[in-house]
Amino acid sequence: MADSAWVSSLAAAAPGGKRIPRHSAVVRITHWITAFCFFALLFSGVQLVISHPRFYWGEVGNVNTPALFQLPIPASREAVKTGYNFVLPDQNGWSRYLHFQAAWAVMATAIWYAIHGLLSRHFRLNILPEWSWAELLRSLREHARFQKPAPSEALSYNILQRVAYSSVVFLLFPLMIWTGLAMSPGFVSAFPLSVELLGGHQSARTLHFFAALLLILFVLGHVAMVIHAGFANRMRAMTTGRVKEETR
Amino acid sequence: MTRRKWIEASLGTLAGASGLAAAAKVADRYGLIPPDSGGLYGPGETLTYASQRLLTRHSLAREFRREQISQAPFCNTASWQKQLLEQLNQFSFADWRLSIDGMVAKPASYSIADLKSHTSRNQITQLICEEGWSYIAEWTGASLADVLDRAGVSPQAKYVLYSSFEQGWTDSIDMSDALHPQTLLTYGMNGRDLPVGFGGPLRMRVPRQLGYKSVKWINRITITDDRKKLGAQFPYAWYAGI
Repeated sequence: MADSAWVSSLAAAAPGGKRIPRHSAVVRITHWITAFCFFALLFSGVQLVISHPRFYWGEVGNVNTPALFQLPIPASREAVKTGYNFVLPDQNGWSRYLHFQAAWAVMATAIWYAIHGLLSRHFRLNILPEWSWAELLRSLREHARFQKPAPSEALSYNILQRVAYSSVVFLLFPLMIWTGLAMSPGFVSAFPLSVELLGGHQSARTLHFFAALLLILFVLGHVAMVIHAGFANRMRAMTTGRVKEETR
Repeated sequence: MTRRKWIEASLGTLAGASGLAAAAKVADRYGLIPPDSGGLYGPGETLTYASQRLLTRHSLAREFRREQISQAPFCNTASWQKQLLEQLNQFSFADWRLSIDGMVAKPASYSIADLKSHTSRNQITQLICEEGWSYIAEWTGASLADVLDRAGVSPQAKYVLYSSFEQGWTDSIDMSDALHPQTLLTYGMNGRDLPVGFGGPLRMRVPRQLGYKSVKWINRITITDDRKKLGAQFPYAWYAGI
């Protein structure tokens, strides 16, 4: 599996291989800003969604039209019949402010990360998988058995990680931004195709919700795997940039 | 840190700060700074407003085909508005007045019939509530730009405030939205008089922004250049093009 140029060039220089360079400064900074923004977006997004926990497909939808599905949670508006006898307080004011502030921050971070990823070949070396069915099966089997990863995996991502990270970076994040913008009446007045390609305003909202669910699943899996693989060393690598050499 | 690095860093910070200050001044001149640009969420809000003002300068809200009009539109009225609705239902719409004051040459007061004598405009647009739901309707009304033009709005005007019959409910838009061809003083919906629940007899319709900017039961319009007079009614963002 391809090691990062960053790792291979500097690992040789690390005396005794005690602390091996792992993540570049840009990757570490953008990782933690993104993580921070993710939680701000999730928290505010949950607040926004509870004001109308019903979802629709197509252009329009409201309490007078059938829902695609409704979340079994209480709402922050009396207009939505939830079966619960209480209405949660309206938090949409600061939630929407926070949601867009965090969205701008994560957009700027994503652009920085994308430029870095292309110029430093970070995408090619560390993120994009080198496709091999045999390798994929081997890695799947290893994961299914909850095997501790090989020491070499502290230095380079395995194929499943690469598939997961590629999907998030190149599919889920762009989809999140697209479906978010497609809900903006101002933005779609300038770019109507952005919402029409998705099937309408309510489709954009529903897709935004599902993309958020997938991102939550990813983060849960990501954190679980970090803990499984060795929390301290992985956190050290993503914070200080250096990883402690692992031995079996 | 060496002295050289300190000097470089200070010069860099100074250049960055003055660059930012200059950018803010230019942005303000071109109307790119929203009234809620201060505070914790000011940066994000300013970026949203400025970028949409640049992107949507000549854009029109999406319009729909007649067959896309919602069969089941939703009029969102809270239980605490019940009394208000009863009051409005008893109101004879012939007695409804819309006053225009502030930075206009000819302050005036219009009846619904007066507004209907303006060229009427039709649009089939989607009302998108900030809560997430939406419906499509055909809206009929007088263009706010026409009404402002007749009142002789001052070239220095920056904002249009509009107040509801509902006590204490005022909102405002910038001139860019006020003069936009789709911004209507709406008195008709789906070919009939605008029902009270949907804001009748008169509702401001701002289709490039979320529903809360389309205030119901409008009876007063004030033109101003003073952003301190806008009086935030909501904890919600002032600009709702989102």
